[in-house]
Amino acid sequence: MMQDTYNFAYLDEQTKRMIRRAILKGLAIPGYQVPFASREMPMPYGWGTGGVQVSAAVLTPEDRFKVIDQGADDTTNAVSIRSFFERTAGVETTTATEDATVIQTRHRIPEQPLTEDQILVYQVPIPEPLRFLEPRESETRKMHSLEEYGLMHVKLYEDISRHGHIATSYAYPVRVEARYVMDPSPIPKFDNPKLDDNPAIQLFGAGREQRIYALPPYTKVISLDFDDHPFDPSKADQPCGLCGSNESYLDEIIVDDAGNRMFVCSDTDYCEKRQAAGHKGKFAA
Amino acid sequence: MTPLLSVRDVAKHYGPHIGCADVSFDLYPGEVMGIVGESGSGKSTLLNCLAGHLAPDRGEVVFDTRTEGPRDTVTMSEPERRMLGRTDWAFVHQHARDGLRMGVSAGGNVGERLMAVGQRHYGTIRQTATDWLGRVEIDQNRIDDRPTTFSGGMQQRLQIARNLVTGPRLVFMDEPTGGLDVSVQARLLDLLRGLVRDMGLSAIIVTHDLAVVRLLADRLMVMKSGRVVEQGLTDQVLDDPQHAYSQLLVSSVLQV
Ligand SMILES: Nc1ncnc2c1ncn2[C@@H]1O[C@H](COP(=O)(O)OP(=O)(O)O)[C@@H](O)[C@H]1O
Ligand SMILES: [Mg+2]
Repeated sequence: MMQDTYNFAYLDEQTKRMIRRAILKGLAIPGYQVPFASREMPMPYGWGTGGVQVSAAVLTPEDRFKVIDQGADDTTNAVSIRSFFERTAGVETTTATEDATVIQTRHRIPEQPLTEDQILVYQVPIPEPLRFLEPRESETRKMHSLEEYGLMHVKLYEDISRHGHIATSYAYPVRVEARYVMDPSPIPKFDNPKLDDNPAIQLFGAGREQRIYALPPYTKVISLDFDDHPFDPSKADQPCGLCGSNESYLDEIIVDDAGNRMFVCSDTDYCEKRQAAGHKGKFAA
Repeated sequence: MTPLLSVRDVAKHYGPHIGCADVSFDLYPGEVMGIVGESGSGKSTLLNCLAGHLAPDRGEVVFDTRTEGPRDTVTMSEPERRMLGRTDWAFVHQHARDGLRMGVSAGGNVGERLMAVGQRHYGTIRQTATDWLGRVEIDQNRIDDRPTTFSGGMQQRLQIARNLVTGPRLVFMDEPTGGLDVSVQARLLDLLRGLVRDMGLSAIIVTHDLAVVRLLADRLMVMKSGRVVEQGLTDQVLDDPQHAYSQLLVSSVLQV
């Protein structure tokens, strides 16, 4: 039930307008980090308050809302954000990717291709991809404005020199429309190709760091690499143990007290749909 | 011949206090200019004005750019100036930690400028970095070590390699041997002299150590209280100083 002590979706209208302005600016300048005045939310920062504020600003009463955390709809984090908006906005919620109009996510992009009718909201812990090598904010801002991105490749160089290949496996940096270098949030690099040319609106919210950035539909998003070490999204070398998918991102889980393991889809909605449609993996019941 | 750098009437004040003033000189391709003077005489202020790190209050710093010929770097846009800073110019800091990325391997430090100008082949970057470590006499096996594990002399040599890797046309150096042990200084000077000769580098070297300019500089400017009191060929100034302050400076060194 919606509680009437709050404005729709918790934030007051003026705050939502301020956030929407930041979102629109972000959409107008794809990949550019727009500062915004992040509000206190009734949850800790680690819980994706940036994403929650962006969701609050874009949700309408007609929306159907889905929350995923590492691909799953049923983690504590996902459940509490979903129930937060059930309570404060009274919107319908769903676990089915294709039924959702707004999807808030941490660490994954759904396997099911998104459509023009959907908005994907990412929770972002550290929005600045250059932070790793250049801690000074004044300097990173200048580097973005002057397109001085040599440092990003220094990071990849360090990876190769240490590990023999680009070992960065999540939060893998991308170049947006040949302009801004962007941190796609800690999604696995497996998901990076889905950022590119995506029909959905993709919005990124960093609460503690007070930044919003965005990818409008069908934006060109390229993962950084070297000519002789091209970007490799690295597909799993085995199918999902439950639904047999060869296409999806897999998590390793321990299945019994003997420590036996199996690999299953991290996107639980995708996996359950496939099982319901009769696909079976090696370990399917 | 067009000067590589033509400095006219440069001045920089800190509040009412003079950093440097009335500085004019030309530097021709392949020339090394030494700037000497006691601590506080305005050498670093001047160098930073010339290298675009400080905005002078007045004056021109005209650099003969590759594509557009002589341009005043004081009035050019910041992106253009920063582009020069990572292509045709190099800056060697007194403290290596100011000129190096201490959290990045030696190879990454040397490779950064290559990547900054668009080099995207890891193997090429690695090979170039390896070559440059050799040229500055750092064991090539140290390529993946961080500069924090290097001695002061090695750090300074790494900083030089990192700066010279893109073949800059003008190198600014602020007390490049300062803070190093005497024996380490000698080795670094030797190395610098070799590089300057082999690469035909043009350079402006700030130092309070006359031995450095004796070895490296073709010409010399003597600064006192922010102003140039004497300039000329290095040997002339050192062997037959005209200004009373230069005489003092030279004799005090000779007594050491
Ligand atoms: N950031 C600053 N603010 C105020 N005064 C400065 C600053 N930097 C240098 N100065 C002053 O300007 C003069 C020249 O300094 P500097 O260029 O550092 O000399 P040098 O490099 O020859 O030792 C000195 O009197 C110094 O105290
Ligand atoms: Mg100084």
